[in-house]
Amino acid sequence: MEIICCIKQVPGTNKVEADAETGVLLRSTAEAKLNPYDLYALEAAFKLRESIGGTVKVITMGPPQAEAAVREAFAMRADSGVILSDKAFAGADVLATARTLADGIKKSGSFDIIICGKQTTDGDTAQVGPELAEFLDIPHIANVRIILGIEPSNTGHIRVEADMGDYIETFDVLLPCLITVDKGAYVPRLPSYRLMLASASREIPVLTAADLPGESEMYGLKGSPTRVKRIYPPDAKNARFNIGGSSESVANSLLNELRNLKFI
Amino acid sequence: MYKTIDETDIAYFKSFIPGERVRTGGEISPDYSRDELGGVEKYPDALIFVKSADEVSRIMRYANEHRIPVVARGSGTGLVGAAVPVLGGIMLCTSQMNAILELDEENLTLTLQPGVMLMEISAYAESRGFFYPPDPGEKSATIGGNISTNAGGMRAVKYGVTRDYVRGLEVVLPCGEIVELGGKVVKNSSGYGIKDLVVGSEGTLAIITKATLKLLPLPGETSSLLIPFPDIESAIGSVAGIMKAKVIPTAVEFLENEVILDSEKFLGKKFPDKSSGAYLLLTYDGNSKQELEAAYGMAADVVFAAGALDMLIVDTDERKEMVWSARGAFLEAIKSSTTEMDECDVVVPKNKVAAFVLYTYELKREFSIRIKSFGHAGDGNLHIYVLRDGLDGETWRNTLNAVFHRLYQKAAEFGGKVSGEHGIGYAKLPYLAQSEHTAVIELMKGIKRVFDPNNILNPGKVV
Repeated sequence: MEIICCIKQVPGTNKVEADAETGVLLRSTAEAKLNPYDLYALEAAFKLRESIGGTVKVITMGPPQAEAAVREAFAMRADSGVILSDKAFAGADVLATARTLADGIKKSGSFDIIICGKQTTDGDTAQVGPELAEFLDIPHIANVRIILGIEPSNTGHIRVEADMGDYIETFDVLLPCLITVDKGAYVPRLPSYRLMLASASREIPVLTAADLPGESEMYGLKGSPTRVKRIYPPDAKNARFNIGGSSESVANSLLNELRNLKFI
Repeated sequence: MYKTIDETDIAYFKSFIPGERVRTGGEISPDYSRDELGGVEKYPDALIFVKSADEVSRIMRYANEHRIPVVARGSGTGLVGAAVPVLGGIMLCTSQMNAILELDEENLTLTLQPGVMLMEISAYAESRGFFYPPDPGEKSATIGGNISTNAGGMRAVKYGVTRDYVRGLEVVLPCGEIVELGGKVVKNSSGYGIKDLVVGSEGTLAIITKATLKLLPLPGETSSLLIPFPDIESAIGSVAGIMKAKVIPTAVEFLENEVILDSEKFLGKKFPDKSSGAYLLLTYDGNSKQELEAAYGMAADVVFAAGALDMLIVDTDERKEMVWSARGAFLEAIKSSTTEMDECDVVVPKNKVAAFVLYTYELKREFSIRIKSFGHAGDGNLHIYVLRDGLDGETWRNTLNAVFHRLYQKAAEFGGKVSGEHGIGYAKLPYLAQSEHTAVIELMKGIKRVFDPNNILNPGKVV
């Protein structure tokens, strides 16, 4: 099975700055890391490959330093990678990102399934996965918590469980398809130093706007209908209050407070 | 003979301390009758929440005059019964003396009251770019308690223990005098090092009412490596080589597969790798990513030569949380897997750690009992847990005594000590007496007599 996994670098902390004019995150100001949800997507891809064989190719769109994300995926046992990098791709919203990824994926070969993280921790939109599937005109399921396998047999479907909020639903999805993965059952593996060394010289093709079929106005900030009014890091909230009194009254106050906050 | 506390004594305390801070009888929660050791319990006759050195001084003066035992207590997270008032009397709880008094950025010191919790110190210091290196696992412990046991923790291998970071103390002596020991000075050759005697004295020499700690600049980057090995022998066997390499890790922990499984069960969370028999968990800190990567490279050469199967990188917050939350839960996980347990906090020279852990395997077979261990392979401090499981009371006590006796005997043979970081308290008293030369024990007793001629401070502990 040919598995594609979409990955992305995100800021390593919430201490990031944004361009005051465009609202675009200034990625160079923050330490980057692999989007935590992509780690679940990668683990889902590796588990699927372990169970039925195949290859895992990762694809990422970003500045040249996005190579680090692909190298990290290699250290977790991804087979190959592609980078979509061009100044023309910069400042893309969810639509332009999905279009660029779709064109990049079409360009870089065939696939049976695309696995994305549910969302990124910087944009938090959870829209790129489904939009990518729409561009590719394939079925998709979001919030998958586990891939159960290729079932029922020989019908070209894959069976997944998705978290629908109040209930879990099992779907049989016709391949090729796209799923976005939430934490669910997956415990991401750690990158291996041995694999990192072994894959250090593995080549990673870079696709630029010139390699893709669309006009460059369709990508990046120009291809993005979204206009960001303002972007800023959230204020860190550290609400705390003390409850005093006897054990009984403290317990009652705590219970009431938890009820008021709708935690219980 | 000690005086039993009566209404006159209570009335005296209440004459200068508000009534709600002086508790007796049924007003005292069971928490104050024990610490985390279990097995030894005794309620104090009076529990007083002190708020100033003056209050402590007046209580001590009175207790000394009337010969009433006094035990100081912080969060009660000790593991050797040191804060259990085995002879009753007064318990002074310092948890409400919890103010951070001064951050001196020029002298790199932090002055605080004894009831400040460890987690509060790291949060305060780190948010300002400073670093208090001692890192015992129990973050709700108070600094007073940490100083009293000379607590160690995981970063001891690179940074040392609590004593190395105590610059100055304000203490109340048993006679009620308030004295300053040490200060903000870096060097001090002015007579005997009394401050260092009080550090680690488990509340038997004086009551700590203020401490000045040494801080360091906060390292910019920290990252861990989880290194799988086929067995515990090769895992611990590689530690000497790691230490010989030119970059000292801040922590070197060893984990066995079965403890990881216990922790998974206890937390309901999966560990990222459990395919191997044993692991080392190394942590490096430094000022840049490049510095850390150079450290990885040096560690890799050593551990691969020693038989490591791989080296897994624990670099982001999510990965650290996944690995370290499991490591942090080991004690509770082992506890929850059995009916009762006791711990041996032995410390041996670093190059004897592997041999010592393998010796516990021998004991496990010989006594047909479960023994689990994990610990600070880099500083030689091991935490070895003997588990009771289904044994009846008498068999358990006999087996435990026999196993402990053999463990301490082996430690002595290797040039080790009875306690690495938990202290002697009540539980390890006989083992200290057995392990040290009589002349040394007599010196300790003599020191105790000079500080506390009426033996009112935490009697029945340490010596």
